[in-house]
Amino acid sequence: MKTLMKYREIWLVVAILALAVGVSFRSPGFIQPKSLANIFNDTSILIMLALGQMVVILTRSIDLSMAANLALCGMVVALLNVAFPGIPVPLLLLAAAALGTALGAVNGALVWRLDIPPIVVTLGTLTIYRGMIYVIAGGSWVNAHQMTEAFKAVPRTELFGITLLSWFAIAVVAVFFVLMTRAPLGRSFYATGINPTAATYAGIDVGRTRFIAFCVAGMVSGLSGYLWIARYAVAYVDVAGGFELNIIAACVIGGVSIAGGIGTVAGAMLGALFLGVVNNALPVIGISPFWQMAISGTAILLAVIFNSRGERRRGRIILKRAEVL
Amino acid sequence: MSSLTDAPEAPVAHRQIPDRLDNPLRSALLSWETLLLVVAMVIFIVNSFASPYFLNAWSLSDLTFNFTEKALIALAMALLIISGEIDLSVASIIALASTLMGLAVQYGADTPTLVGIGVGTGLVCGAFNGILVTGLKLPSIVVTIGTMSLFRGLSFIILGDGVFKGYPPGFAFFGQGYVSWVISFEFALFLAAAAVYHGVLHSTNFGRRIFAIGNNQVAAQFSGVRVGRIKFVLFCLTGLMSGIAAVLLTSRLGSTRPSIAQGWELEVITMVVLGGVSILGGAGSISGVVIAAFIMGLVTFGLGLLNVPGIVMSIFIGALLILVIALPIVYRMVRRR
Repeated sequence: MKTLMKYREIWLVVAILALAVGVSFRSPGFIQPKSLANIFNDTSILIMLALGQMVVILTRSIDLSMAANLALCGMVVALLNVAFPGIPVPLLLLAAAALGTALGAVNGALVWRLDIPPIVVTLGTLTIYRGMIYVIAGGSWVNAHQMTEAFKAVPRTELFGITLLSWFAIAVVAVFFVLMTRAPLGRSFYATGINPTAATYAGIDVGRTRFIAFCVAGMVSGLSGYLWIARYAVAYVDVAGGFELNIIAACVIGGVSIAGGIGTVAGAMLGALFLGVVNNALPVIGISPFWQMAISGTAILLAVIFNSRGERRRGRIILKRAEVL
Repeated sequence: MSSLTDAPEAPVAHRQIPDRLDNPLRSALLSWETLLLVVAMVIFIVNSFASPYFLNAWSLSDLTFNFTEKALIALAMALLIISGEIDLSVASIIALASTLMGLAVQYGADTPTLVGIGVGTGLVCGAFNGILVTGLKLPSIVVTIGTMSLFRGLSFIILGDGVFKGYPPGFAFFGQGYVSWVISFEFALFLAAAAVYHGVLHSTNFGRRIFAIGNNQVAAQFSGVRVGRIKFVLFCLTGLMSGIAAVLLTSRLGSTRPSIAQGWELEVITMVVLGGVSILGGAGSISGVVIAAFIMGLVTFGLGLLNVPGIVMSIFIGALLILVIALPIVYRMVRRR
C-alpha cells in the first residue's frame, strides 16, 4: 500500500512538472523562481483548506460548509477591524481561527451527537453560514479603504523572498504532516475511516474523532477566512462562493479516497498545487480563463478514474453510514 | 431483526413486539409525511396572516413557479438517492442544456428543435454520469462533482461572459403559459410527473428494485436485480428531468447565462431530504418529496412577500433541513431514556 501511495504522489509531481515545463515552452517566464513563488502564493489558501477537508474525508465524512465558514469568519474579522481599528492583527487572526473552530464544532456536534449524515449537516450549515454573513453585514461590502493598513499588510509581507501567506501555508502543511504521521490523533483519523468497527474495538471513539476532524477543518477555514479577506482586501457575501468544490477537487486529485481512510498530506497539497498550476497556466498560454472550470472538472474525473484503479472500490461510498456498533 | 429472535420469550411489559415486520416502518413513514403536511399548513396559515397579498389565486399561482422546476428534478433525484447514489451535477446540466439551446437559436432553430435539444442534452449528460458510475464503478458523489464542473465549464467555454437571447415567441409557452385559468403549464407538468413517479416508485417492480438496491445492494444483486442497469436508468432519468427543467427555466427567463440555476443542486437535494428520503438510501416516498417542494415554495414565496432577501431565506431553508432531520432523532433519543 505504501509503495502505491508513493507511486501516486510521484505521478502527481510528474504531472505538475510536465504541465509547468509544457507551459514554459510557450512562455519561458513561467518557470522562473519568482513566477513559481507566485503560483504557490496563489494556491496557499487552497492548500490549507484541502488539508482540513482531507482530515474530514479521512473519517468518512465530508464538509461542504468550509467556504461559507471561511467567508463568515472573514467578514466577522473585517467588521471587527472596521469597528475597532485598535485590535492587533494577531488577535484578529486568533479570533478568526476560534470562530472557525466553533462553526466547525457545530457541524461536528450535529454529526457526532445526532448522527445526521455529514453531507446533510454541512449542506444545511453551508446555507446558514452564508445567510449569516448577509445578516451581520447588512448586505453591505467591507472595502479596502475601510480596513487598516496593518490588517491588509499581513498576507503580503515578504519574508526570505516569499510572502507571509505562503509561510502560513508551509506552516500548516508542516503541522498537518506531524499530526498525521506522528501523533495518535492523526492515526485515529485513518483508523476511523478505514474501519470504524475495528477502530471502536481498538479504543478509538469514532464519533469524537469525527467531531475533532470537523473542528480542525473549521479552524483552517477560519484562519483562511482572515487571510483571504486581508489578501483581496474586500469582504462581501459571496466571498469564495463555490470554493468548497475546488477544495474537494484538490483532495480527490491528490488521491484522498472519498470512501475514507486513504490520503496523505503530500497528496492533498499536490492536488491543490496541480489546480493552482492549471489556473495560472491558462492565461499564460492564451487560453480564455473560461476554460478553467471545464479543465478542473476533467481533472477531477481523470483523477478519480486513476484513483479507483489503485483502490479497487473498497467498501462503501461516503453516503453510506459507517458501521459503528 | 431483534423481534425475530426475541419473539418466543415473554415480551417486556412496556415494549410491544410487532407481529409484522414492515408495520413500524410504514407508520413511521406515514407520520413523517403527516409532520410535513402539518408544517406546510402552518407555514401556509402564517403566510396568509403575515401578508394581505398571499391569499389570492394569482399569488398562489406565482408561488408554484418558485419550485416546480427544482421539484421536477427532485422527483428523479429521490429515486436516485433511494438507490444509494447522488447527482450533484443537475444544475450544471441545466446550464449546459440551456446554453446549447441558446446556441441553436443563433442558427435559427424552431421551438420543437429547441425542446429536443434541451431534453436530449439532459439525457446525454445523465447517461454520461451513469456510465462513469455504473460502468467504471466510481463513487457517484465524486463523479458528479467532476461533471458538475465539466458541464458548467463547457457552457462557460461556449458563452464566456455573454448571453443568449432571442428565443422564438412560441418557446415562451413552456415557462410562462397557462393550461387553464391559474394552472401554469409548469405546474400541470409537475403534477403529472409526480403522479407518474409515484406510480413507478410505489407500485411497479422497478420501484421495488430501487428500494432493494438502496437497502442492500449486494443482496439485491444476488436476488437477480440488475443493479448497474437500474442505476444507469436512474442517472438517465435525473439527466432527463434536468433537461426538461432547463427547457422550462430558459423559456421562463427568456435568456441564458452560464451562471443559470447556480446552486440549484443543493436546493434539489434539500427538497428530497426534507421529503423524508434517507440520504443513506433505501427509504423515502414521492408524496413526501412533493410536500417538501410545496414547503420550500411556501417559505421562499411567503418571505419574499415580506421583502425578506433571498439570502436570508436560505438561512430558513438550511435551518429547516437540519431541524426536520434532527427533530425525530432527538425525539427518539429522549424517548429511549
